[in-house]
Amino acid sequence: MNIRKIPAVTANNVQNSPIDNSVQKTPKTTELSIKEFSDMESNFAPGHGSCSGCGFPMIVRTVLKAAGKNTIAAVATGCLEVTSTQYPRSAWKIPCIHSLFENSAATISGAESAYRALKRKGKVKENLNFVVFAGDGGTYDIGLQSLSGMLERGHKVVFVCYDNGAYQNTGNQRSSGTPYSAHTTTTPVGKAIKGNMLFRKDIVRIAAAHNIPYVAQAAVHNWQDLFEKAKKAFSANGPAFLNVFSPCQLNWGTPTDMAIDISKLAVNSNFWPLFEIENGKYKLNYKPSSTAPLEEFLKQQKRFRHLLLPENKQYLENLRKKVNEEWDKLLKQCNEGA
Amino acid sequence: MIPEQMRRESSNEARGGVRMKKVALTGAHASAEAMKQINPDVVPVYPITPQTPMMEKFCYFKAEGEVDTEVVLVESEHSVMSVAVGASAAGARVMTASSSQGISLMNEVLSVASGSRLPILMNVVNRAVSAPLNIHCDQCSTMSVRDLGWVQLFAETSQEAYDLTLIGMKLAEAMKNPVMVCQDGFITSHCVEILEILEQEKARKYVGDYNPKNKLLDVNNPMTFGAWQMPSHYMDTKIEQQKALMDAFKEYPKAAKEYEAVSKRSYGFLEEYKMKDAEAVIVTTGSAAGTTKAVIDRMRDKGKKVGLLKIVLMRPFPYNEIANVLSKAKAACILDRAVAFGGNAPLYGDVMQACYSLNKKPKISGSVFGLGGRELYEEQIEKIFNDLLAGKNTEEYVK
Repeated sequence: MNIRKIPAVTANNVQNSPIDNSVQKTPKTTELSIKEFSDMESNFAPGHGSCSGCGFPMIVRTVLKAAGKNTIAAVATGCLEVTSTQYPRSAWKIPCIHSLFENSAATISGAESAYRALKRKGKVKENLNFVVFAGDGGTYDIGLQSLSGMLERGHKVVFVCYDNGAYQNTGNQRSSGTPYSAHTTTTPVGKAIKGNMLFRKDIVRIAAAHNIPYVAQAAVHNWQDLFEKAKKAFSANGPAFLNVFSPCQLNWGTPTDMAIDISKLAVNSNFWPLFEIENGKYKLNYKPSSTAPLEEFLKQQKRFRHLLLPENKQYLENLRKKVNEEWDKLLKQCNEGA
Repeated sequence: MIPEQMRRESSNEARGGVRMKKVALTGAHASAEAMKQINPDVVPVYPITPQTPMMEKFCYFKAEGEVDTEVVLVESEHSVMSVAVGASAAGARVMTASSSQGISLMNEVLSVASGSRLPILMNVVNRAVSAPLNIHCDQCSTMSVRDLGWVQLFAETSQEAYDLTLIGMKLAEAMKNPVMVCQDGFITSHCVEILEILEQEKARKYVGDYNPKNKLLDVNNPMTFGAWQMPSHYMDTKIEQQKALMDAFKEYPKAAKEYEAVSKRSYGFLEEYKMKDAEAVIVTTGSAAGTTKAVIDRMRDKGKKVGLLKIVLMRPFPYNEIANVLSKAKAACILDRAVAFGGNAPLYGDVMQACYSLNKKPKISGSVFGLGGRELYEEQIEKIFNDLLAGKNTEEYVK
């Protein structure tokens, strides 16, 4: 295995004991160049089976770079799990556990509780980090109860939702993370109904309502932001939750080389704002200098293409209205001027 | 054949000079006492009647500092078993308890626990399943998960619930397989009985320290737990799992024998009560065995050759041993405190299969009793014995 030189910043990898109440300083990522970042040891190996142009491998690698080697991962059933853990191979160079679809938060709660017990008894020496990766189905929907339990109980775990907006592993069925008007196989665009007629569940604020120390929304294209948020999440004195925008070229109907562009457009059009809630305080992490038209984001994706037809203008305006309302609400919460 | 030491003729003889503490406990508290003595690393907790007093008692032990377990108060039984799986995979000793709807809710995680070969000990308090809602005793929920790869041990009394919890923990870790220790709701779980418990050090020494080879928390030897398998591997894994579960036939006698050495109480796959010359036999499991024994004593006084075959090890099912014992009987009634809708009652079906290979089969009938806590009276058992002795079939339902 080619172990590359690890830049100085990783020496600060935050590995709190769960009993340790101190909050460590977050290293500044601005010191890190893209070259240094990409040279950092990644504990998610290449050769996994995800689609070309999929968003989540980049998310997993970035989060694991922030976490360091002494990290235990749990994955929910889904795209990431099936593409990275086909027996007898595994893409995980750190310990990893998969149990079921809805229980990744409970599973890691068990592992983290075992860590507390075994650390106390001297049976585990290292300081360990704990992380969960789940899709939006395993987070917003079937996994919400066990996620809520994990957050409420205060397990020191970072829960990362790679949000690709539907049940993509089973072939693009609507989840409660599916955007308004998106085409999925269970909300197909037809003559009578134009895709998903419900707005997304506000999972970030639901997580924040558990009064946990750190919650953030990120997107795959902005690695500095995601890396920094992951660092903060692992240094938080308690549970942390990251919701990360993760394009799915296969079922969004985008070219395979567009994940980063789509992600940028999602943020620049205010469809997917980058923000964080640290100890209850909202902060906007990125404000586009000029907001991209929503149509620019939508037109790249087959799942939204019907919105650009004149007869569907009403649905486009519904979505635009919601995006604007959410953006204004966020600006207020972040004490930012419009 | 059952090894001689695995046969247990119940008796009241003195315990060979072993000092034992006598206490009055309900079945639930007896199991909690055994859990306290084991002092497991992690115990996920969720309340459900009639299991609740067991976990309440354990949380009391935690609050009093008598255990240093990580008690995880989860939000559902699905998460109980999920936490148990995560903690056990991590390398911790894990115990928990549940009943009925809780067992149903955690059903899919039970298969993960056994398929991942995780030595979790769960005390199950047998209770009916909805609908209609009923919190009282029967074994339907417990029987409904008997084929999911867990070892199942059934206790008749508080004493057995206590003993089997200790034996079950040792067995689970020896086999690398999860174990359920089942006791009847209310009848056993809530009734106070006198039992003998081990001194704490002896109990802890018997169960021993737990240091599994493969641990999720071992970052220096990273492993992936729960990888999925294509048809090229899955079937072989399941065959290995089946073989591993059958190890109970070797490991359970070992664990029971070691337990006998410290407790002077012996446990087998089965308990035979006045079976040597018995012509009419009741086969059952759990608390109904106690009532049956009382009836047998009375009928024996009148010269009736009646006996009881109580099943302790429900999974893996000791087919050969049961066939061997029943080969000498003229008639047997399989008493199930459970139904299997659309098929034979669970125990009845299993015992029928066990006897299929016998050249000389007893006349076997099956009766379902006690659903949702319906009482079973001595007169009803006596009638079953009299029907068997008269060569008649017993009634389908004991109502």
